[in-house]
Amino acid sequence: MNAVLEQTEQVPAPARFQFPETVASLNSITKRYRNGVVALDRLSLTLRRGEVVALLGPNGAGKSTAVKLLMGLSSPTAGSVRIFGGDPRDSRSRLRTGVMLQVGRAPEMLRVREHVELFRGYYPNPKPYTEIVRAAGLEGIESSMFGQLSGGQKQRVLFALALAGDPDLVFLDEPTVGLDIKSRRGMWMEIRSLADRGKTVLLTTHYLEEADALANRIVVIDKGRVVCEGTPAEVKSLGSATPNSAPSRSLKIIRCTTSLPTATLQAIAGVTAVEHAGSVTTITSTRPEATLRELLALDQALHGLEVQSPALEDAFLALTADRV
Amino acid sequence: MSTASLTLPASQTNSLRRIVRIFLREARYEFLRLVRTRSFALSVIGFPVVFYIFFALVMNRGQHIGNVSVAKYMLAGYAVFGMVGASLFGIGVGLCSEIAAGWLDLKRASPMPPAAYLLAKCCSAMVFGVIIVSLLTGLGIAFGGVSLTGIEFSRMIGITIVGVIPFACMGMALAMLVPFNSAPGIANMIYLPMSFCGGLWIPIMMLPHILQKFALLLPTYHLAQLVLSAFGYASAGSTSSHWLGLLGFTLVVLGIASIAYRRLEQNS
Repeated sequence: MNAVLEQTEQVPAPARFQFPETVASLNSITKRYRNGVVALDRLSLTLRRGEVVALLGPNGAGKSTAVKLLMGLSSPTAGSVRIFGGDPRDSRSRLRTGVMLQVGRAPEMLRVREHVELFRGYYPNPKPYTEIVRAAGLEGIESSMFGQLSGGQKQRVLFALALAGDPDLVFLDEPTVGLDIKSRRGMWMEIRSLADRGKTVLLTTHYLEEADALANRIVVIDKGRVVCEGTPAEVKSLGSATPNSAPSRSLKIIRCTTSLPTATLQAIAGVTAVEHAGSVTTITSTRPEATLRELLALDQALHGLEVQSPALEDAFLALTADRV
Repeated sequence: MSTASLTLPASQTNSLRRIVRIFLREARYEFLRLVRTRSFALSVIGFPVVFYIFFALVMNRGQHIGNVSVAKYMLAGYAVFGMVGASLFGIGVGLCSEIAAGWLDLKRASPMPPAAYLLAKCCSAMVFGVIIVSLLTGLGIAFGGVSLTGIEFSRMIGITIVGVIPFACMGMALAMLVPFNSAPGIANMIYLPMSFCGGLWIPIMMLPHILQKFALLLPTYHLAQLVLSAFGYASAGSTSSHWLGLLGFTLVVLGIASIAYRRLEQNS
């Protein structure tokens, strides 16, 4: 337990993200459910003005619990939650906060327009209706009943509800699930423009590409604790410095078509993992130059060679793998 | 950090007016939603109307119990049957589905005043109750030879509006206690026996003696007696004892609802 805490503290707060204001914070939060499950274990998280923070973690890591605590929907067993310097349950905090949750079913027999108007009505200074419709891409479906919409359209309506009050702080729980590429890009643009206007965004996502594209800061959590925290680039480099790849930061992914058997490949210097998918073999190596030299010598017919740096996804898997 | 929380306009009066406006819009959309949900609107209005037509207007046509016409006596029973259904299914099952879907979480996280949400649901049930009672009265007058003074009718409507409240609270408690899949089934398991034992279908004095005693515990019994006393037909007990019975029941279910809510909140 101590080791984890130290590891968390080792991650330096990047100097270029000195945002002036702390907008929301979880301070050493422990959340234990009645059935004894500890969802969060002394977790701390700070959101500063104008930044987009992505909360990443495998299922059951405590992401949703963290979001629920920040929204004041659930109370911590220990620790404190502050939103705009106040309690998250305070209606003044809620007037400045917008939320998009994973909702199974919204009232189906209300029109999109009615849902948006209802939520706009909760705020004294809501965002203009036409702007919400444009930002969430609801043109043309405003008169449809919620129940008739496709999954992606429903998701966009829920996004619209989060924007309705023109909030300063927006929580987005898996915002782009079920969206096609065009809508996803559209939502990304909106999320970026929120940050550009000084709004703060916390998003949880399974799409690591999304965290990479949007977040100023990524917080990886697992088993209720922060595993690491930093810019997407920092998280990626941390991921490649996992215990099994020694201090080397030269982790590369090699893809090729080869007839060599797995056992031979695994015996090559630097190789840490071998996977086959169709005709393509994926090799992970900590000493890519040495591996390639040997590989090419062993298989004269090798073709379709590609060498890549690990994506955020690989870093993420490496970071959480030894804990799962 | 401290300056951030001070930039809020909205004076007191402004916010009160805003809360009323939120409530009105919430209530309008809740009612609209229920009316558009055909399966709900048709069954909640349809059951008491069809039962009343069968049992009061077709089967017991022109009959009297003592000097009371069956059609008018049963009007009280089916009016109560209708309003209980509207609150138990509109609020109980409706709220349960919104809890299960996570929609309530989204509402709670928004700045919506929680009272507006509950009041909106309660008012929708009241409107449904009034619609059902008016329909039954119309049918009774047109086809059952029921004569009703304006005062009797307005008393009945008044009792309908107030009478929805205990059942709305019961619906709330139910919604927080049972899982969504079983909510309609459990609601029926409570609704139908409570209607029968409360004397809504068969006049209470025709039920076995032991059931008449048991009925004292049932809000349906007290509410039906209140409507009957508005017609001048009450069979037992004073008006105030029936109001007290309803009040007691309301407090009990509200207590259960608040415990269930706390449990729900701790588990979320």
